[in-house]
Amino acid sequence: MTAAVFFGCAFIAFGPAFALFIFTIARDPLRVIIFIAGAFFWLLSLLLSSLVWFIAMKASNAEDTKVQKGLLIFGVMFSVLIQEVFRFAYYRLLRKANEGLAAISDEETSPISVRQMAYVAGLGFGIISGAFSMINILSDSLGPGTVGIFGDSQYYFITSALMTLAITLLHTFWGVVFFEGCEKSRWWVIAVVVCLHLLVSGLSLLNPLYEGSLPPVYAVTVLMAVWAFFSSGGSLHNLSLLFTSKRSEVESS
Amino acid sequence: MAPVGGCIFHDCLICLWLCALASISGDTGVLHVLETEADLDWILSTGPHPPYMVVMEAAFFTRSTMVKMKNSSRVAGVAVIKSNTGPTEGFSPHTSCPNQNTGVYTEHYGPELANCNNTVWNPLGNGLSYEDFAFPIFSLKDDNQTQVIRKCYEDHNMRMNGSAPQYPLCAMQLFSHMHAVTDTVTCMRRTDLQNSFSINPEKLCDPLSDFNVWTSIRPLNNSIKGHKENESVVIAAARLDGRSFFWDIAPSAEGTVSSIVTLLAAAQALYPVALEAPPQRNIFFTFFQGEAFDYIGSSRMVYDMENSKFVIDLDNVHSLLEIGQIGLRNGQSLWMHSDPVSRKNTTVNKQVANLVANIKSVASSLNLSLNEPSATQALPPSSFQRFLRVRPVPGLVLADHQASFTNRYYESLYDTATYLNVTYPSDLSPEQQLEYETEAAKSLTQVATLVARSIYKQAGGEDRFLNNITADTKTVAKLLYGFLIMSNNSWFSSLLPPEALGRGSILGLVITHIINTLTSVTRFVQFILANMTGTVTKLNQSQCQNPKDVPGESKDLYSYSWVSGPVSVNGTTDPYCVRSSVHLSKALSPAFELTDYGSREYSTWTESRWKTIRARIFLVASPQLEMMTLGVGVAVLLVSLVVTYFISSKAELLFSATREPPNTTY
Repeated sequence: MTAAVFFGCAFIAFGPAFALFIFTIARDPLRVIIFIAGAFFWLLSLLLSSLVWFIAMKASNAEDTKVQKGLLIFGVMFSVLIQEVFRFAYYRLLRKANEGLAAISDEETSPISVRQMAYVAGLGFGIISGAFSMINILSDSLGPGTVGIFGDSQYYFITSALMTLAITLLHTFWGVVFFEGCEKSRWWVIAVVVCLHLLVSGLSLLNPLYEGSLPPVYAVTVLMAVWAFFSSGGSLHNLSLLFTSKRSEVESS
Repeated sequence: MAPVGGCIFHDCLICLWLCALASISGDTGVLHVLETEADLDWILSTGPHPPYMVVMEAAFFTRSTMVKMKNSSRVAGVAVIKSNTGPTEGFSPHTSCPNQNTGVYTEHYGPELANCNNTVWNPLGNGLSYEDFAFPIFSLKDDNQTQVIRKCYEDHNMRMNGSAPQYPLCAMQLFSHMHAVTDTVTCMRRTDLQNSFSINPEKLCDPLSDFNVWTSIRPLNNSIKGHKENESVVIAAARLDGRSFFWDIAPSAEGTVSSIVTLLAAAQALYPVALEAPPQRNIFFTFFQGEAFDYIGSSRMVYDMENSKFVIDLDNVHSLLEIGQIGLRNGQSLWMHSDPVSRKNTTVNKQVANLVANIKSVASSLNLSLNEPSATQALPPSSFQRFLRVRPVPGLVLADHQASFTNRYYESLYDTATYLNVTYPSDLSPEQQLEYETEAAKSLTQVATLVARSIYKQAGGEDRFLNNITADTKTVAKLLYGFLIMSNNSWFSSLLPPEALGRGSILGLVITHIINTLTSVTRFVQFILANMTGTVTKLNQSQCQNPKDVPGESKDLYSYSWVSGPVSVNGTTDPYCVRSSVHLSKALSPAFELTDYGSREYSTWTESRWKTIRARIFLVASPQLEMMTLGVGVAVLLVSLVVTYFISSKAELLFSATREPPNTTY
């Protein structure tokens, strides 16, 4: 019966990411390449930060729980910073690549804009981050039991899936906003993105107090969605155009 | 914890098979502890969260409860918490008429005695071991792990004020998948198919097989099989195996150990006198393995004797004395059972009467009382019956019961040392317990002396030497300790080869595909007998393993074993070579030699192969929560697909940056 939980959590965690991939990325090979490379950059950042944490953990006393908890918090924060550094590095790489793409294309401009690259890179970061968070939990959810024999909450699978969904979307939005900030040399934008990332990861440390972690994270997600929409060229005017053209389509049909 | 199984198969008209037919991915059920009748109702009918995994106290492990569970679809498995003592009214999962289809009484031979028409030998037998259960049945020791299981049940699954407990509930999963199905014929046919056609054949089941142990006073040339001229042999026999409902638990104190210990002590008492003053006939001590499963060992030995594949044949057999269950004598008389049908023949009757007289005369000097049961009573289930099937050999079975067994726990897990009154004062160390002589030891020693002297007299030995034959109480005490309490003691370890390790219960059969472990009861008896009846030689290890080139040693007459010797204080051993005439003979049912898997003549028991036997406990969530998760997931997926399609189709409109002229991208 817990195939139900497996599929439910998989759909929750990866549904939107899957939809985004299918409809916006899968058709265009260049976007696929940027997506995969973005995922790879995130993996590198994870490798580096986990190496640091692992060494620190082995060097310290394994019995002392306070030290281990402290090391975990340090590890999380360090990892966030490293991820953002790698996002910046990827931005620089893509800028360089953009010039090359422009040179080899038939038209004189690059076939893909920086905004599109920002979105794809962000989604790449998001999906691989989600995969690494969620895959182990999904494989455990296939078994016949659920979490709780040692007193933990039985909603662990669902909340993990919801958190993963939020993180995936957040990485996408952060990618858009971050690249825009780099393009326009607005460094405060980068600082805010880093701070929000730290905030969200810090909130996840509050688990299993799921009321303390999930609603704020979703609030941040909505906020970032709005910011990313405006940052990527959207505006309220466009939204109203969307609805009026829809109405006119409906009227004319 | 120990499960039932391996699935043991048999071929018979009603295709009974005993096993736990569990699913390959384990059986899961909500835990419920069965302590009262109300719990039983809850499990079988009223509980709202089936299927249940029943954890039952030993008091509930009865036929009626188990059959109700077997017929219910609401039980996913059973775990029985063992108790040290059985129910006072007795409990025997064996059949009430053991080995009724492979004994000597059939519709052609003593039909009024067949199928226990005359005497029901095991009246308390409920046949549980021969039922087919579709779920795993494990036994749990009452220790810390069991406390964890109980605590999980109390924390999550207890009913509050009569209302049902809420999810999440504590559940247990038992893994005990058996590869074989249906019966021996099907299983062996499939195995044969695998062997013929598959590149990587997978065996599904194995025939039950081990070894019989035999030795003779005067060594016989074991390389020459068949009839031996001028050899007349008196056989003293006992069985080596026991069983219970659960795998690897077979204490079988009264059922088997009492007879093994008696015969070993008798062999030890007899040997020096028989060497000094050899009796007229040869004496054979034989221990049969596999008797619980339709006389595997004895049927094989008789088959080999008939077909000249054994060191002697049936013409060499003069008479037979078998030691049955003799541990519960409690100072009363012993009974000598014989077969009334063969005694209708006057020659046979005279020889049996002669044997009876010999034993009685010995008993009178020992202050033991012996009686014969009624002349029309059948022979109890015994290895002797397999000899009688082929030839009317004169023989007797010694037992402590007149008609039905005195043993209230025949072939069950409660037939323990405590039942036999082998108990030790609590302040003794293991080494002191090893030497301590219990009342049971003293009682069995008397019987051992009786057996040894009777055999000697029956073999034609002179009466003046009889008083020199006395069994040693200390040896009997040590044997009882080793077979019933702890086999990993200093005496046993000194008799085994250096590479042997200690283990717990040792009375079950060993299957061929497992390398014959050095700690099975067959091996123990083999090496103990070698120590008691053999001589120490000065050969070194390589000579011991290959004595062909050593002058004066003969591999045909003797067997040589390299044993570790007593362990000294600082842990070193002083191994030496023992020469004895103790041999092993294969105890595999003739049905498998003849590849007649559906044989009615011989035992056709096989054991199913299995891979993992384990269990785990965890919490399970309510099905409603699971379905809700799935529902939310599907909803999220569909909504995101719709929204993404919508946005991406309107992307040019929404994200006006794409409407800028191409050459101003940045």
